[in-house]
Amino acid sequence: MTSIASIAAPSQIGFNVRRLREDFPILRQTVHGKPLVYLDNAATTQKPRAVLDALMAYYSEDNANVHRGVHLLSERATQAFEDARATVQRFINAASTREVVFTRNATEGINLVAQTFGRTRLGPGDEVVISAMEHHSNIVPWQMVCREKGASLRVIPITDEGALQLEEYERLLGPHTRLVSIVHLSNALGTINPVQQMIATAHRRGVPVLIDGSQAAHHMTVDVQALDADFYVFTGHKLYGPTGIGVLYGKERLLEEMPPYQGGGDMISSVTFEKTTYNALPYKFEAGTPNIAGAVGLAAAVDYVTAIGMDRITAHERELLAYGTAGLSGVPGLTLIGTAPEKAGVLSFVMDGVHPHDIGTVVDQEGVAIRTGHHCAQPLMQRLGIPATARASLALYTTREEIDALVAALYKVRELFT
Amino acid sequence: MSDLRELYQEVILDHNRRPRNFRAIESANRHAEGYNPLCGDRLSLYLKVEDGVIKDASFQGSGCAISKASASMMTDSVKGKTLSETRDMFEQFHQMVTGNADPLANPERLGKLAVFEGVRNYPARVKCASLAWHTLRSAVDAKDEVVSTEAE
Repeated sequence: MTSIASIAAPSQIGFNVRRLREDFPILRQTVHGKPLVYLDNAATTQKPRAVLDALMAYYSEDNANVHRGVHLLSERATQAFEDARATVQRFINAASTREVVFTRNATEGINLVAQTFGRTRLGPGDEVVISAMEHHSNIVPWQMVCREKGASLRVIPITDEGALQLEEYERLLGPHTRLVSIVHLSNALGTINPVQQMIATAHRRGVPVLIDGSQAAHHMTVDVQALDADFYVFTGHKLYGPTGIGVLYGKERLLEEMPPYQGGGDMISSVTFEKTTYNALPYKFEAGTPNIAGAVGLAAAVDYVTAIGMDRITAHERELLAYGTAGLSGVPGLTLIGTAPEKAGVLSFVMDGVHPHDIGTVVDQEGVAIRTGHHCAQPLMQRLGIPATARASLALYTTREEIDALVAALYKVRELFT
Repeated sequence: MSDLRELYQEVILDHNRRPRNFRAIESANRHAEGYNPLCGDRLSLYLKVEDGVIKDASFQGSGCAISKASASMMTDSVKGKTLSETRDMFEQFHQMVTGNADPLANPERLGKLAVFEGVRNYPARVKCASLAWHTLRSAVDAKDEVVSTEAE
């Protein structure tokens, strides 16, 4: 345990994690008689009071349907919904609110692109390039459309440390490549992929790129124009916002060319039984009553992290990742899974002779919530030759003491099983 | 750790460390594959059945302490039992770990397997304990398919 103390350093100046924790009511509780140590943030993050208040205020004061009514509440609800879109636009630096489509989650964003862009662009013999570290949500939608269109998936291999093999990536890009779809930050390994460079590489060959930013949007600043991403998807609930709201960013030129995803109200400008004219962007992709409160809550979450400063959150989590890496490395029989040079937010590991599920149950009794399993990345687990890992994941409210509690709980695991 | 000891009883930890019947049976005439999609655990079960009686039982695969110990103790306990007796044991075991039956009401029926009673307090782990038994039922019923814990 001395290794932990030796790397201790002052926390980020001006980043008072203790005070920030008070913004999260759920963190105050005990579980199994122990203070809750919530380290399952890659699955979902907890919500600050500002988000809970925004949801309550919306339903208490403004609730109405959007884009239709002439009455005051409908105007207020529409304003709140469109203000939320503008907040997201600024957050990711999209060129226009027309490029910000609200979805249920990142999965729906990928499915939307697969079923519209994919179905119109893919044909027999065409290829979609993904990577070996993708979440099932960035594998299955492409498999579905590829099967339908006679196209195929090509997979960028990874190193044993969990980094993409970029020379193989360049080799995979060929005359039949129609799209690259890769994860920004791996949920199972924590690897940050060099997406800006990878996008530039694809663009030199005229291939558009979708980035799955589910794990990135709450750990680092995302600038879709600087990245030059063609599509970027993320979800609200990992960004301290509510569940059921996500974002698809798409370049306007591409979104314009794409057919609608679902049909229904709000996505049309006129309907007769003979012909329907579709609505303008982004409404063309938002059929039916949207998750208005979810969008309002997401905007409150974006405002919250923006007020703290994403760069400071990144720095805090980077320091914790180094602290956790050192702490976990000291546990006998523990092996970290995912040790790429560029990492954020995720500590995935296995222990000799102890299955991850048993680790999860034992540390839960100590109040420590971690995720165990294949993390919806079964092909990655097969590549690594393991059935599952245990995963601790960080957030802006994670403390060194919580990492210490995890490490102490892992010593109890060893005690029980050896 | 007292609560955990209720789940991880010493006999369970022992079977996890040294699983019994952890091998393939060359002359097996019943075989089934079990799969828990939630954790990716796989289990191969082998039975040698003669005249409706299980003469030998074994398993292979990877899994957590609960699933390995469950498979280990199950293969021990079904040897010498008739197929219909093992179907009955499946029901008893399943009811115990899902909390629908009190094992102390009929302690003789499950015998040593009653150590898995603590699993009922850990809902996320019930499938770990029952994977081997689902696989056994599939082998007993001679279904030629991969049985999944998500099938019911």
